[in-house]
Amino acid sequence: MSQLRSKVISLYKHLQYLGREYPGLNGPQKFRKQIHDAFMNHKDEQDPKKIVALLAQGRYLAKEVEALYSLKKYRSVKQRYSYND
Amino acid sequence: MARVLVGVKRVIDYAVKVRVKPDKTGVVTQGVKHSMNPFDEIAVEEAVKLKEKKLAEEVIAVSVGPAQSQEVIRTALAMGADRGVHVEIPAAEYELLQPIHVSKILAKLALDEKADLVILGKQAIDDDANQTAQMTAAVLDWPQGTFCNKIEKTDAGLTITREIDGGLETIKTKTPAVLSADLRLNTPRYATLPNIMKAKKKPLKKVTAKDLGVDTSPRIEVISVEDPPVRQAGATVADVDALVAKLKEGGHI
Repeated sequence: MSQLRSKVISLYKHLQYLGREYPGLNGPQKFRKQIHDAFMNHKDEQDPKKIVALLAQGRYLAKEVEALYSLKKYRSVKQRYSYND
Repeated sequence: MARVLVGVKRVIDYAVKVRVKPDKTGVVTQGVKHSMNPFDEIAVEEAVKLKEKKLAEEVIAVSVGPAQSQEVIRTALAMGADRGVHVEIPAAEYELLQPIHVSKILAKLALDEKADLVILGKQAIDDDANQTAQMTAAVLDWPQGTFCNKIEKTDAGLTITREIDGGLETIKTKTPAVLSADLRLNTPRYATLPNIMKAKKKPLKKVTAKDLGVDTSPRIEVISVEDPPVRQAGATVADVDALVAKLKEGGHI
């Protein structure tokens, strides 16, 4: 259980860190609030299986956000440095 | 097994709208978000990939610039570089520092650190010079592979696919060589918080241009920095006749 606890905390920290550069007006604040709420919704979860499933969901979200950032950067740099298309 | 030197530059973040200073001496950098040049991120990623494939033994990240440049070295270390070298240039002098100075510094470091490969971003998104890799290769008298799309290790050296106008070109080079990364070489990884923390323990050496025996005295003078011309507003016309009349008036037909 304590192992799960530290995993949850580190996932939370990672998501909050990712939120720093979330695009949009007040993007970071909104994203971080949503993450906070999502974690708070499940704060009383005791079933280890469910916690593992939620952790997987959170990690999936983190991967998606990382992909979003890298695609956003790729697209804007591509747009600036491509001349033929 | 090779040692790879990667150049990283601290530039204004790609998402920031750049503003020209009112006195036209440069652009506003104070209080503006900075990050690693996107092309340098690609170069770091490629070097780290080479290390993961056991084709390189050590990745050294180098940045030339003022004290804040250490931030991007830390990012490179968090992405997987082994150690950093910061060549400190005072902020006032840095404004007039050009690719020729940087290439001399990088060439000297490549020899000092006994690097077998130098990987740089093809250009920085702030000055867009696209000269550093080429000049570094010239100073070292090493072969160069610019605008890399793909880098493969072959028996004697490297096989490189380059992005050229309207297609791709495949070349073979011997090592040591200087390479520059184009946009489609790879997808850089995200520097996670735990890795940034771990990166703080990695060694970072600080040197000055004088230590390396490179003269960084300015060769240019900035006369004026100006905004690009603003696009003029368009107008709508009522019908085809009005359009034709307008085009004739403008001398287009």
